[in-house]
Amino acid sequence: MLKCQECHERPATLHFTQIINGQKREIRVCEVCAKEKGYIHYSEEGYSLHDLLSGLFNFDTPSIENQQGAFQQVQELQCPSCGMTFNQFKQIGKFGCAQCYHTFHPRLEPIFRRVHAGNTKHVGKIPKRTGVHLQKRKQIEEYKRQLQHLIETEAFEEAAKIRDKIRALENDGKIAGEDA
Amino acid sequence: MSLEHFMNEAISPWMREDGPDSDIVLSSRIRLARNFANFPYPIIADEEKLEEIRLFFEKEFAHQTFQHYGEFEFIPTRELSAIEKRVLVEKHLISPNLTKFSQESGALIAQNEQASIMVNEEDHVRLQIYYPGLQLQQALEKAFELDDWLEEKITFAYDETRGYLTSCPTNVGTGMRASVMVHLPALVMTGQINRLMPAVNQLGLVVRGIYGEGSEALGNIFQISNQITLGKSERDIVADLESVVHQLIEHERNARFMLMKERNTQLEDRIYRSYGVLKYSRIIESKEASNCISNVRLGIDLGMIQQTSRTILNELMVLIQPGFLQHYAQKTLTANERDVLRASLIRERLQLES
Ligand SMILES: [Zn+2]
Ligand SMILES: [Zn+2]
Repeated sequence: MLKCQECHERPATLHFTQIINGQKREIRVCEVCAKEKGYIHYSEEGYSLHDLLSGLFNFDTPSIENQQGAFQQVQELQCPSCGMTFNQFKQIGKFGCAQCYHTFHPRLEPIFRRVHAGNTKHVGKIPKRTGVHLQKRKQIEEYKRQLQHLIETEAFEEAAKIRDKIRALENDGKIAGEDA
Repeated sequence: MSLEHFMNEAISPWMREDGPDSDIVLSSRIRLARNFANFPYPIIADEEKLEEIRLFFEKEFAHQTFQHYGEFEFIPTRELSAIEKRVLVEKHLISPNLTKFSQESGALIAQNEQASIMVNEEDHVRLQIYYPGLQLQQALEKAFELDDWLEEKITFAYDETRGYLTSCPTNVGTGMRASVMVHLPALVMTGQINRLMPAVNQLGLVVRGIYGEGSEALGNIFQISNQITLGKSERDIVADLESVVHQLIEHERNARFMLMKERNTQLEDRIYRSYGVLKYSRIIESKEASNCISNVRLGIDLGMIQQTSRTILNELMVLIQPGFLQHYAQKTLTANERDVLRASLIRERLQLES
């Protein structure tokens, strides 16, 4: 984390290069100071994404506040692991740690939906080492789907083979009958 | 091996190999973003935490060899001069954002420059694999293997529902950005690009120029990449991107054929004029140079220019960038000085081939 050069407190989440009289100057400030010092109108790569995100949040927030009623204070979500608040996340558009995903979970669905064309669930790679159990479970689920289909189509011979495969996986990868 | 190894040549060794459809696709790249499960991300972490990660990478992976890509060298960014950093960015070995989040950032770069791993950029880990031509699937398999190799020693932040937990919500899930660099001079010349690019965007892909600012694509080189990372497997994302690229290749080849058939003299004139400019000019701005280099490469692809190798496009596009010019001169240069040196390096480079 680089600290903001203006307040020396918050993370410097915005970076600009200013050229004055041919002199290049790097500016690294936080969102708050960027607005205060008027840096914000300088364009920066990635800022359009940020605009998109803050647009989402602005769209999203009032409706929630309305539900809570005008006088009720909304308890702000804060990540117990990295300390990032939901407000900060809204400003920066980035998570502070893996735990943030859990902490902010109730408010993330609409964001993912917007950013990922309606999708909210991962269907790709599972880590090879730490994901062995998950891989196995997913494989079993897949076999069970196949099994169901085979039974429905009365392909019993095939179904028996798949059932053996499921058993083998459930017996910790050993081939059925091997330990007999 | 040292930093010098990566600085001296404008072109990475793997770029000299030919790949499928390399008359149009210059390179394929897969990038995977990963994070340590139990460390705060660079945007918010204390520098001491990030230092731990940097030291871990130096200890565990520096001087290790991954497959045929060769030994990894660890380059700490704090030891890079501004010009050195720029050269590595211009060669696409690191991103311009590598020093944006922490002083504790760095990159592991494989000897043949086909694989590199950025440490403490926006995410703790961003690995990338390059292949010449259109070889996204090959690059993906290798990126997975490199990912597994790292995962033997690192527990990545991963969640069954959300996948790989990245710092930015736009990368969550696969953490993957698949991209191809394509040279589309005929589509630009015929104006068809203006019709095709919005269509490509509609398919959920992002198109941008690699060199130059904003929508301008210097050298008619475009990067096309996937936008979404959730709800679709890596292999499906890659397959969909490849099929769009195949269509673009088809359109570009048709446009080239049409230009040859209907506007051959104008086309020849344009290509040979550009060749002349590159061969004889004494002062050249990067915009004009990029344009001429693109035309000459087209001339090579169409068989009009024979004594020059195709890789001249990739090579000169890097060679003429400000960082590389200044590295060559070993000092900071004004814009005018750069234009003079640029012209002279291009002349020299073309001389080598004729
Ligand atoms: Zn500040
Ligand atoms: Zn957190």
